[in-house]
Amino acid sequence: MSTAIASTPTFDVAPAWRIVLAQIKATLIGYWRLPTFVIFSMALPVMFFLFFGLPYAHDKLPDGSSVGVLVMANLAAYGVSSILVFNVGIGRAQSRAQKIDLLQRATPLPGWAVIAADTAGALVLAVISVVVLSVFAVLAGGISLGFGDWVLLVVRLILGALPLLGLGLAIGYGTGVNAAPAVANLIYLPLSFASGLFIPLQQLPKFIQQIAPYLPTYHYGQLVRHGLTPTDESLGTAVLWLIVWGVILFGIAIRAYRSDVARKFS
Amino acid sequence: MEPAVELIDAHKSYGSVQALKGVNLAIPQGELIAMLGPNGAGKTTAISLMLGLRKPTAGRALLLGMDPTQRRARSRCGVMLQESGVNGALHVRELVDLFRAYYPRPMPADRAIGLAGLREQASMSASKLSGGQRQRLYYALAVCGDPDILFLDEPTVGMDVESRRAFLDGIKEFAAEGKTIVLTTHYLEEADELAQRVVVVDRGVVIADASPAEIKGKVAGKRVTFDTDRALGEEDFRGMPINHLELRGSHVRLLSNQPEPVLGALFRRDVSIRNLEVVGADLEEAFLALTSHDVEAAGAKEEAAG
Repeated sequence: MSTAIASTPTFDVAPAWRIVLAQIKATLIGYWRLPTFVIFSMALPVMFFLFFGLPYAHDKLPDGSSVGVLVMANLAAYGVSSILVFNVGIGRAQSRAQKIDLLQRATPLPGWAVIAADTAGALVLAVISVVVLSVFAVLAGGISLGFGDWVLLVVRLILGALPLLGLGLAIGYGTGVNAAPAVANLIYLPLSFASGLFIPLQQLPKFIQQIAPYLPTYHYGQLVRHGLTPTDESLGTAVLWLIVWGVILFGIAIRAYRSDVARKFS
Repeated sequence: MEPAVELIDAHKSYGSVQALKGVNLAIPQGELIAMLGPNGAGKTTAISLMLGLRKPTAGRALLLGMDPTQRRARSRCGVMLQESGVNGALHVRELVDLFRAYYPRPMPADRAIGLAGLREQASMSASKLSGGQRQRLYYALAVCGDPDILFLDEPTVGMDVESRRAFLDGIKEFAAEGKTIVLTTHYLEEADELAQRVVVVDRGVVIADASPAEIKGKVAGKRVTFDTDRALGEEDFRGMPINHLELRGSHVRLLSNQPEPVLGALFRRDVSIRNLEVVGADLEEAFLALTSHDVEAAGAKEEAAG
C-alpha cells in the first residue's frame, strides 16, 4: 500500500511562471464572463471624451498643442489609473470576502503570485481601455498622433499609474467588500478632478489649484502630458513625486496586507 | 520514512481562548485517520496548524518533516477547507486546470473531475453549483494536484445522502492508492466506515486515539429515558455514573454505561419514575457520551486526557 509513496521521494514545486500564467488566465476569464464592471471602466473615459473632448477636438492651445490629444491623454490617464484602483482594489476585497484567499493560502500558490496576476490582468485591461479610447478619439474626434508618440504615451500611462496600484492594494486589503467601492470612489474621484484630469486646473477653485501639486494624480497627469504640451514641471520632478507617492501608497498597502494576513493566518 | 503529519505538544490560543492545549499526534504516511469531535473541539485548528494556515502558540507542527508553510511541503498536499471560496465566474474544468497549475505533478483534469463525480457539471460555472456539488468541486480541487496527503475538513457538510455515499466511495478509491488522508467529521459512522484510526478531540485535547472498534467499545452504553412526577435538577443526579444528561421539565434522558445503579439510586431518593425505557445507545450517542461535559463524565475524561 505504501510502495507508491516510497517510490516518489522527489520534492519539487510547480514553476512560478506556470502558476502566474494560469492565475492571469483565470482573472481574465472572470472579467470576460462578468464584464459589467470592466465595460464601465472602459466606457467612462469614452463618455467623458464625448463631453469634454469632442467639442474642442480640433482646437489648438497657444503653444500649438492639440486640445483633443491632451483631453484624450488625460482621460486615458483616468481610465488606466481607475482600473488599477478599482479593479485591483474591489477585486482583492471581493476575493477576501468570498474566502478565496483562504483556499489559495492552503495551496502551494505563493502569496505574491496572486497580486502579480491581479496586477497583470488589470494592466491588460488598462491597455485595452487606452486602445478603445484612442480609436474613438481618432475616429470620432479626428485627432492625430504619430504611432511612436502613442506608444510612448501608453508606456507613460502604465508606468506612471503604478503608484496608484498601491492605492488599489491598500483599499483591497484594508477595507471590506461593501466599503471598497465607496472608499475607492471617495478617494479616487476627487483626486482625479483636483488634478485636472477632467477639467483644466485653471478652471478649478483657487484652493484646489494650491492643493493639486501635492497629489499623485497631478504628477501622473504631468508625466503623461509631457512631450505633448509644455508642462508645469520637468519630467524628472514628476517622476520623483510619483516615486515618493509610490513608496507612501505601497507602504500603506503592505501594512494593510500584513494586518489582514496576521488576523487570518497567525 | 518521516510521518506525513506531526503535531508536537501543539498549543494554539486565539486571544484568551485556548483552542488547542498540547496535542501530540503523528500520522504515518499511507494512513487514513478521522478526527472526531464536537463543534469547537479544536479539529479545524489542528488541521490549520498541520497545513501552516495558523502558527502554533507553543509546540510544533511538521508536514512531511518540514515547516508546513514551505511550498515543497504544500506541493504534496491537497486541502478541502470548511471555509473557502473560488472565482464563481469560472467553470468547474477551468478551476480544476487553475489548481492543477499550482502543483508539480498534477493528475489529468478529467480524472479529478471524475473522482469528484462532476463530469456532467464540468462546463458549469462554479456559482451555479448546488451546495453538495460545490463541496465536490472543492474535493476535485483538493485531489487534482495528485497529492500524497489529503486534508478534508468536514467534507460531507451540505451533501445529501446519495452524494455523500458517492463521495465516501471516492475517498476510499483515493486512499486505496496509498495516500495519507486526514479527515475531520462529527459523524461517527463516517469515521467508522473510512478510517483505520480515530482521534477524538474535545476542548483542545486528544481524549481518545484508537481504532474505530476500540472507540465504540469504550463508549458503548445505554440510553435511559423516563418521566418523573416532579422536575429534576442536575443536583438530583450528582455522583451517579452518567455520561450525558438532558433534562426537559419532568422528562429525563441520559446515557450511562451502568444504568442499573443510576436507577437504583433514583429509587432510593424517592423519585417516582414512569415510561421507563432502557436501550442500547447508537453511535451518535456513544460519541456524545465520550465528549460530554456533564456530571461525572468531565472528571473521568480529564484523567483520560492527562
